[in-house]
Amino acid sequence: MLNRTADNVARATPEPLARRIRGISDKGLAWLFISPTILLLLAINIFPLFWAIYLSFTNYRANRPNEVVKNLGLANYRRILGDQDIWIAMQTTAHFVFWTILLQTVIGFTLAWLIDRKFRGHAFWTTIILVPMMLSPAVVGNFWRFLYEPQIGLFAYAVSFVTGIPPTNVQMLSNVELAPWAIIIVDTWMWTPYVMLICLAGLRSIPEYIYEAAEVDRASNWRQFWSITLPMALPFIMLAVLFRGIENFKMFDMVNLLTGGGPGSTTEVASITLKRQAFESWRTGYSSAFAIILFVAVFGLANIYVKALNKVKQR
Amino acid sequence: MKSTWKLALGLASAITASTAISNVAHAEDLTLCWAAWDPANALVELSKDFTKETGIGMKFEFVPWTNYADRFLNELNSHGKLCDLIIGDSQWIGGAAENGHYVKLNDFFDKEKISMDDFVPATVVGYSEWPKNTPNYWALPAMGDVVGWTYRKDWFSRPELQKEFKEKYGWDLAPPTTFDQLKQIAEFFQKRQIDGKTVYGASIYTERGSEGITMGAMDVLYSYGFQYENPKKPYEMEGFVNSEKSVKGLEFYKALYDCCTPPGSSNAYMGEGVDAFKSGQVAMHMNFAFTWPGLQKDENVGGDKIGYFVNPKGPDGDQFAQLGGQGISVVSYSDKQESALKYIKWFANKDVQAKWWSLGGYSCLNSVVKDPKFPSSQPYAQAFLDSMAIVKDFWAEPSYAPLLQASQKRFHDYVVAGQGSAKDALDGLVKDWTQIFQDDGKM
Repeated sequence: MLNRTADNVARATPEPLARRIRGISDKGLAWLFISPTILLLLAINIFPLFWAIYLSFTNYRANRPNEVVKNLGLANYRRILGDQDIWIAMQTTAHFVFWTILLQTVIGFTLAWLIDRKFRGHAFWTTIILVPMMLSPAVVGNFWRFLYEPQIGLFAYAVSFVTGIPPTNVQMLSNVELAPWAIIIVDTWMWTPYVMLICLAGLRSIPEYIYEAAEVDRASNWRQFWSITLPMALPFIMLAVLFRGIENFKMFDMVNLLTGGGPGSTTEVASITLKRQAFESWRTGYSSAFAIILFVAVFGLANIYVKALNKVKQR
Repeated sequence: MKSTWKLALGLASAITASTAISNVAHAEDLTLCWAAWDPANALVELSKDFTKETGIGMKFEFVPWTNYADRFLNELNSHGKLCDLIIGDSQWIGGAAENGHYVKLNDFFDKEKISMDDFVPATVVGYSEWPKNTPNYWALPAMGDVVGWTYRKDWFSRPELQKEFKEKYGWDLAPPTTFDQLKQIAEFFQKRQIDGKTVYGASIYTERGSEGITMGAMDVLYSYGFQYENPKKPYEMEGFVNSEKSVKGLEFYKALYDCCTPPGSSNAYMGEGVDAFKSGQVAMHMNFAFTWPGLQKDENVGGDKIGYFVNPKGPDGDQFAQLGGQGISVVSYSDKQESALKYIKWFANKDVQAKWWSLGGYSCLNSVVKDPKFPSSQPYAQAFLDSMAIVKDFWAEPSYAPLLQASQKRFHDYVVAGQGSAKDALDGLVKDWTQIFQDDGKM
């Protein structure tokens, strides 16, 4: 009986497509389909990467194509690692990454936890919260630049209303102390919903019966949160931190639109320095070396982090 | 049926023929690349005469100032054919000449009897020559420009303000002739209530991203005694860039920024300056002269309400102003160089230059600016003439971009962010510039 069923299934299964196209094996067909993507990937990602590695050892400048290109060995790397301005830019980047991740994770998870309560109108509020994330960074940057405007901006008036400080004294983008926070606030406003979405997915994936079992054991809400909710949502939270960490390490658009790296160099993150060296000073070889250093730093840190994430998932 | 086929065939032939004719008509269309600003609109108007005279159509590629350098330097560096003619910034001339982006115009000028002696000398050096002060021409001076000042003539002339000012400072409230006077006026107006509105002293350049703060600070530094290099030994900058006088000049610029600018002016350049003046926020406004025709026409602050003055003198009586403006060049990668040269020849014509000025462009031709009627032709004409007589320009070296980036950083760090001292900033600048010239093999 079983054999007969198996025969029927085998007969009903269509002949592999590859066999119908004469002369091409299944594997060959797979390569045929995948090759355009591979070629595109090689042309757009892999070749430029190797080309950048090559340029990083030279004195090449894109604005002087006729000049003889000299091999400098590791000179560009040595110069970057010994450049105080570069280290300051790296510190500024680290400052942004730390605070944006911390704030976005705490607020994002809290919002997800609240939304997960499924109160009346939670779907509506979820949509409202997601709006900033859907806007273009260019729109957000310009929008907040006007909000921060000390003479006409609503932000300055709101702060003035609460604190009594005259609005013209609330100079978020001109003040050395406040400018970094002005960017952190905008990035947090824009990307917290993204963290919230990932955390919400994590919270929704926790089976209901675990909470029911905890209820039977008379575990308090607090206990349930610490022993069930947080540990089970942790891989999702860590995933959100990974995504935001990589993105914020490369943060460019928001800083460029809000402060352009100023006042002075207070908000000059690594990507702004890189852009200035590559496309304003036209030091192509030097900036390629800097780009490689940044790539290795992000890649290395992300790898370490992914290993930690896998360990948490296995627990 | 036959008649339908005939009709279709006829239509097809007509379409083919008209396309061919249109291709012939537009085969010689020239594309001129420049920044998107008021003078560019005037040039579009002016160029209609060129098309009428020659039958060569003109297309224009205008890019906002914020992307102007990025866009067109990329175009030139990649040997692009987009631009047949380009009105490139004065600082680009060294790089464009050495990298072969522009056609050298000496032979053409000789052939067409276009003499550089017919143009304002500062504009020839600033916009056309590379190496500087040698008769090697890469552009025809096209748009004269210089940093100067506008002020609220209507506020200055108020009797109650004049009286108060005189009592406080001991001299009549009038356009300043020295930087000390300028600061006193700015302090006087700072946070003053005029017609129920809080106003501020002055709008100055503080922009960080492109060239703003350098163009502004240099106006003060030149007049305080700053020099780019030892006049007797090129590229020797120690003691010139960071001289005591230069330090005092930079300290003054910071003091002016701290005391007398509107709130939130930490990243202000041409557009922000115009906005501050047009919205009635400031008593004085530093900007390039190209903004003046637009301000003069403005209903709220133009007409009788606006006045113009030349960049003031420094403590030792030196007086200089930052050169702006551009020359027009033929791009060496263009396939239509002959037509492009025809445009240059046409543009150099006296009548065309006179019309250029009347439309809002700033002619650099002596016959236009030295015409006895010129100073009274516009309320700002005299201030423009006087300013053009005292210009200095930033490095026009092929490495002008990194040189500019270094000064932008050093000046902004000190003036706006208040980090370190003026001496630190200028010492740092000498270090940066020395490194750049060493990389170039010039030191």
